Formats: sequence, structure tokens, C-alpha cells
Amino acid sequence: MTAANSIAPSEPVEAGTSLWQDAWHRLQKNRAAVASFVLLVGMTLACLVGPWLTGQAYDAQNLALSATPPSAKHWLGTDALGRDQLTRLLYGGRVSLMVGLAATAVSLTIGVLYGAISGYLGGKADAVMMRLVDILYSLPFTIFVILLTVFFGRNIILLFVAIGAVEWLTMARIVRGQVASLKRMEFVEAAHALGLRKRRIILRHMIPNVLGPVIVYTTLTVPAVMLLEAFLSFLGLGVQPPMSSWGSMIKDGAEKMEEFPWLLLAPGTALATTLFCLNFLGDGLRDALDVRASKD
Amino acid sequence: MFRFIAIRLLQTIPVLLIVATVTFFMVRLAPGGPFSAEKKVPAEILKHLEAYYGLNKPLWDQYTDYMSRLVRGDLGPSFKYENRTVNEVIASAFPVSLELGFWSLLVALALGIPAGVIAARHPNTLTDHVPMGLAMAGICLPTFVLGPLLILVFALMAGWFNPMGWDSPRDRVLPALVLGAHYAAYVARLTRSGMLEILNQDFIRTARAKGAGSARILFRHALRGGLLPTVSFLGPATAGLLTGSFVIETIFQIPGLGRYFVMAAFNRDYTLVLGTVLFYATLIILLNLIVDVVQVWLNPKLRFE
Repeated sequence: MTAANSIAPSEPVEAGTSLWQDAWHRLQKNRAAVASFVLLVGMTLACLVGPWLTGQAYDAQNLALSATPPSAKHWLGTDALGRDQLTRLLYGGRVSLMVGLAATAVSLTIGVLYGAISGYLGGKADAVMMRLVDILYSLPFTIFVILLTVFFGRNIILLFVAIGAVEWLTMARIVRGQVASLKRMEFVEAAHALGLRKRRIILRHMIPNVLGPVIVYTTLTVPAVMLLEAFLSFLGLGVQPPMSSWGSMIKDGAEKMEEFPWLLLAPGTALATTLFCLNFLGDGLRDALDVRASKD
Repeated sequence: MFRFIAIRLLQTIPVLLIVATVTFFMVRLAPGGPFSAEKKVPAEILKHLEAYYGLNKPLWDQYTDYMSRLVRGDLGPSFKYENRTVNEVIASAFPVSLELGFWSLLVALALGIPAGVIAARHPNTLTDHVPMGLAMAGICLPTFVLGPLLILVFALMAGWFNPMGWDSPRDRVLPALVLGAHYAAYVARLTRSGMLEILNQDFIRTARAKGAGSARILFRHALRGGLLPTVSFLGPATAGLLTGSFVIETIFQIPGLGRYFVMAAFNRDYTLVLGTVLFYATLIILLNLIVDVVQVWLNPKLRFE
């Protein structure tokens, strides 16, 4: 310390930027990611508040208005049962986003815990745990989700758990790799040598370094999970009527697309836009947080 | 190499037995049965049916019966399709799914690899942004949106194709395109990043310094290494193509195994569900093994592990 001070005594010390500030600056420069983020926030707010503002109920049927095209009263028209399509779209958005977030939370919890334990233990336990992940990777899990939802009723909670239980494998691998390599890093050893407690090393050094990849992968898990929910709803296994989700609306719309194309276009666009935004945001976060990946 | 394959094949056996056991008890412990969905069957006949299929025995006996037949490769009779065994159903329906998967994979590679290579040659220019933008659209547009849209435009409005069915060669075009497009997008992105990494390496510069033309560098030097990420993606991709075909087969009314599986699950056709799950699991495990072998063949570095 004294040596450094004696070399450049007069120069003011430049305030260091932390990893997170750095990443934040990089993210702000990525216009596609910022635009996606704004659009996502807007759509989430619309889905949360919107169903109260349209003045229609998502399940109010009016057979006199069966499948009318968009009009001043029903901006996106009505479906075959005369229900307001915009309200159902916003309401379905709530369901789709909720499934996306809840199932991601499940997969995040399982994946991070499993990966962290495996990476931290190392040795034989690690080898066995990761071999198990390899084997699970090679199984057709979508099939099991289908079976679960068919046989055990189409319950929305089950949907979260089933989807979350399928999507944790990659997360576990990522966290395990990070933890295993962090354990051997010089700065962790240095922290040990300086007498830091284990708790502090984990909180101050391990977690912030694992957090970056976890955040990035979480952002990319949400669209994967939403897609799986929509896939199940499309097969008639997800969210059940009269509730709506974008997947079930696409299913209904696809059945009647020849006569009433707007019934397919609205939920299709909503789902595709959301997935687009989430993927752009995830890519942006990866470029911002992962210094190695952002170099090329 | 031979040892590696042998060990992996041996590992497959316990995995499949566990899958069979878990699936067996999962479908059996669920409420409902194969004869409860349809209109009420008289009690006498129900008893007869259950006796015929062995459903009146204790669950454990049914399990041992099933497993002992399974070991001999017999997947049992179907509950829904009378007089047909599960083996027969799979044998008749799987070739359809296989053909769909083959064309789709071809679409994915034929569109994805060139797009990725073109994008990687001049990064951050128009020839990079356009294919990558399309790839992002391909990833985000679910097959069950793209499928109906293509049917609407090319079958119902333009009239070039049949909206559904699997009879003439022409009927293959739309389903393969829809299923393949999604994977073409992933292939393009992986090829791009793989090629970018390789093209920045020293041996490429050496080749260039020695006067190799850009075509020779691309095909002789870069492609083999640059395609590695794409090859490792083929394992998950084929698994995805197989399960993705459930939706495609539903949309286009194709009589493949995916549709049989979904219907069997709805009908509580126990043996057909179990048989299909085991069949898919075996197939996916074997495909992953093949992908691993190809990977080692392409990347000599892995041979020492």
C-alpha cells in the first residue's frame, strides 16, 4: 500500500466500478435489451391492471356476439362464446406470466441447491450427483409432464411443480461448475488466509460470483417455461376453461382460424412478443454480466 | 472407444428399468382407469375385461407380470385398440414420426448451418444481423403458432398444400418446415458462435498466411471445429423433435406415434403409455450415445478423457 502511494501521491484515487455497476452500464448501452425490458414491464402492468379496465369479465359469455371482429367496444373482437378477447388476453397473460415465474422459481430453487451442494462437496458425491443429472438429461421429460398432468388432474399448482421439476437440470450444471471452480480460485484462498469466516466468504465472495450466470440463465428459463406451459395448454393439458392462458387461446384460435383469424393472431402475437423480449433481455444480460462471452 | 460404448449401453439397462417402474406406478396410482372414461360398462363385463387384462390381480403381481414380459420385449396388448399389441401400434406409427423427424432435421441443418456460417463470416454487419434476427424469430415463434399460420396462408389461402393429412409427398412440406424451423434457429446461433470462436484462432491465421483461399479455410479448417457446438446440440434436438412432433402431429392430423401417445394418455391406455414412454426413452438414450461418439470423433481433445 505504501509503495503504491509513494509512486503516485498526487493523483486522485479513481472510484472503482463494481462488477454490477459495470454490467449495468453495459446493459444500458444495449438498446434491444432495454427496449425489451420496457416492453415487458408494460405488458406485465397491462396484464395485472388491464382486466379491471376493459369493463368486461373474462368469462362473461354473450352468444349474440359470437366471434365478432374487432370493434370499438371489443378492441380485439370476441371469441366463439362471445367473450371479450382483449380481457381474456390480458387475463391469460396473468396466468401465463404467473406460471412462467412460479415454475422458474421452482426450477431455480432445485437447480441452485443441487448444483451448489454438488460443487461444494466435490469428490465422489459430486461425481454421483452429476452423473444422475446426465442420466436425467437423456430422458424424455416432456412426456412425464404430459403424463403427470393427464393422470393427476389439470391442477395449476401441479403444473408449476411439474414444469419446474423438469427445467432445473441446466441450472444445476451451471451453478455446480461455478461453485467448483470458485472454490479453487486464488482470491477465495486469499480470503481464507486473511482469516475471513466461512460465512463471510460465502456471502461476500461466492454468492456474488455465482449470481451472474444464475440471473442470466433464469431470464432464459422463463421463456422456456412459458413455452412449455403454452405447449401443454395447446394440447388441452394446461390451464382449463373458463380460465384462459395464451396457450389455450392459441388452441381455440387455431381451431377456428379460417373464419376468425383474429382469434389466433392476438394470443400468438402476445406470446411471441413476450418470448422475444425475454430472450433479448437474457442475451443482453449475458453480454453485460459475462465478461468472457461479451468479448467476441 | 469400444469400452466407452459398452459401459454406456450397460448403464442404459438399469435406467430403463427404473423408468419402467416409475412410470408403471405413476399411471397406476392415478385416479381413473382404461374402462372408466367411456360410457358405463356393465359390472359383469367390466369384471370380465379386468380379468382378461389381469387388472384384478394385486398391483405388485401386475408389476412383476409386466416386467417379466418387458424383459422379453413384449409390451403387452393395448387396452384401447382391441386385438392390437403395443408392439404393433408402435411398429405401425413410429415410421411416420421417424419420417417427419428426418425431414425436420434436414430442414434444421440445411437452413441453420449455412445461416450460421454466413453470419459468422462478417460479424456485426447486415449479413450477420438479418439471419440472426430471423433465428431469434424462429426461436420465439412457437410451433403451434407457426403451424396454424402457415396452414392459413399456404394451404387455406394460397391452396398450394393440403391443410392436413399425410398421404402425398407434398403433405410432408409444411409439417417438416414448421418443426424444423425452430431447430434451424438454434442450429444457426450455435454454428455462428462456434465458427466465430474457431475463425479467431491462430491456426486459421496460419492457414491464411500460408495462402489458403477463404473457401479452403472455411471448409477444410474451420468447419470441423466450428460445428462442434451444433453436434452436441443434436442430442437434445432429436429429443425435442420427437416430443415436438406431438404438437405437429396434432395440428396436421398425422398418424404418428406422438398422437398415439397423447391419446393413450387421455384414454388411460396403461400398456400403450408405458410402451411408448419406454420406447422414446430408449431411443433418446441411444441417440445421445451416438451424438457423444460423433463428438469424440470430431474433437480429438476429448479422446483422453
